[in-house]
Amino acid sequence: MVVSRNHNINPARIPGLGLRAIALLLLSMVLMFLDDRDNHLDTVRNAISAAVYPMRVIVDLPARLWAGASEISESRDELQRDNARLKDEILLTAARLQRLSALHAENERLRALLDARRQVPDEVRVVEIMSVDANPFRHNVVLDIGSNDGVYDGQAIVDAAGVIGQVMKAGPLTANAILISDPGHALLVEVNRNGLRTVAYGTGEFGRLNLPGLPNNADIQPGDLLVTSGLSGAFPSGYPVAVVDTVTRIPQEAFADVTATPAAALDQVREVMLIWSSRQTDEIAAEDTDDEVDDDG
Amino acid sequence: MANNRATQNLPVIITLIVALMLTMMPMSDAISAFRPDWVALIVIFWTMSVPRSYSVGAAWFAGILVDVTQGTLLGQHALALCAIAYITVKFHLLMRVFPLLQLTATIFALLALYQFLLFWINGVTGVHAASVSYWGPVIIGTLIWPFLFMFLTGVRYRVQLGG
Repeated sequence: MVVSRNHNINPARIPGLGLRAIALLLLSMVLMFLDDRDNHLDTVRNAISAAVYPMRVIVDLPARLWAGASEISESRDELQRDNARLKDEILLTAARLQRLSALHAENERLRALLDARRQVPDEVRVVEIMSVDANPFRHNVVLDIGSNDGVYDGQAIVDAAGVIGQVMKAGPLTANAILISDPGHALLVEVNRNGLRTVAYGTGEFGRLNLPGLPNNADIQPGDLLVTSGLSGAFPSGYPVAVVDTVTRIPQEAFADVTATPAAALDQVREVMLIWSSRQTDEIAAEDTDDEVDDDG
Repeated sequence: MANNRATQNLPVIITLIVALMLTMMPMSDAISAFRPDWVALIVIFWTMSVPRSYSVGAAWFAGILVDVTQGTLLGQHALALCAIAYITVKFHLLMRVFPLLQLTATIFALLALYQFLLFWINGVTGVHAASVSYWGPVIIGTLIWPFLFMFLTGVRYRVQLGG
């Protein structure tokens, strides 16, 4: 009985395989379309990403243990050297801070004179990069806090040296972030020296940004510091982004070929700062100062 | 029966989880360009060995997990894995009698197709990057295949997983 059945059915045939394959291929295309156009699938993504959260933690464990072990095994000499260096740094920073507080007070006075809105300082929080996405073509990282802690899409991420990137999708427990070096990332910047506005695009290399939109006669030169302009709405203004590296002006071309090196070491940081932009807190404050604005208008 | 079924599923699930974790593992930039597609290799092995239990559906589900963990377009890896799983299941009897060298050559073709599909979807959605890095995972994956194949075959006979 069994033998005759095996004779009738070709053992290589799996019933319904082609149909299932076609259905799944169509389904993935629909998913990709929905995901690409709008973020309709965020809830699905969040649910699955919460399910694989334990795996992320386990994968991250060796790096964490390694960091912990190297901290313990640091020699006394090194610690003393570190200590001395840090003391020097504190002294320098304190000196700078003294001037800054004077400037800050002056700024406040001038702003009061101009009747401008007071600038609320940005709120920051140090978070850790949990894992780096393996895909070499996307510079994405995962942060260890999510929307449960108030992280929102588009939030700016910086480190001590400059801008790192921004939050792309904030899940409940973790948040996916995109670095400024991702080939799909563009950032509104201005030249610190003269306020020239332009856009810095990621190139897919950690050490290089592209500024393709500058005309040949633009006033930009190697060594110029690029800072966020704050005009995009996502980033608060004035954070350093990159230093202009090369400026190649080709006479026949309409645009100069400008590259810049990011100020932050994008592939070496582990702890970064999330910024709750003052603009967000500002909007709440704006309700209080509405009367003044009306008086002006 | 239920217990038997569980012991049959366990190696597949565990190897898939390990493959996902290897894919997620943080590595330096230089090495990560040569990281083999562990999930693709695992999917090819199991769809070739037990195509009646694991075929396009399982491959698609694994692909969705890869998409979520990698932050790529939802469905991108799912589509690519589904396609190579379909081809593998279609030719699984042939692939089973191939000598190891010929099988490895077939794996090279499958991995190349997999990378091409990913590359193609990236291109359509406007993600561009150096094409050189696409070949690293294919070549390393092919080189790893013979060892992975022998290891997984050992695992499979240890748990008596029938086709």
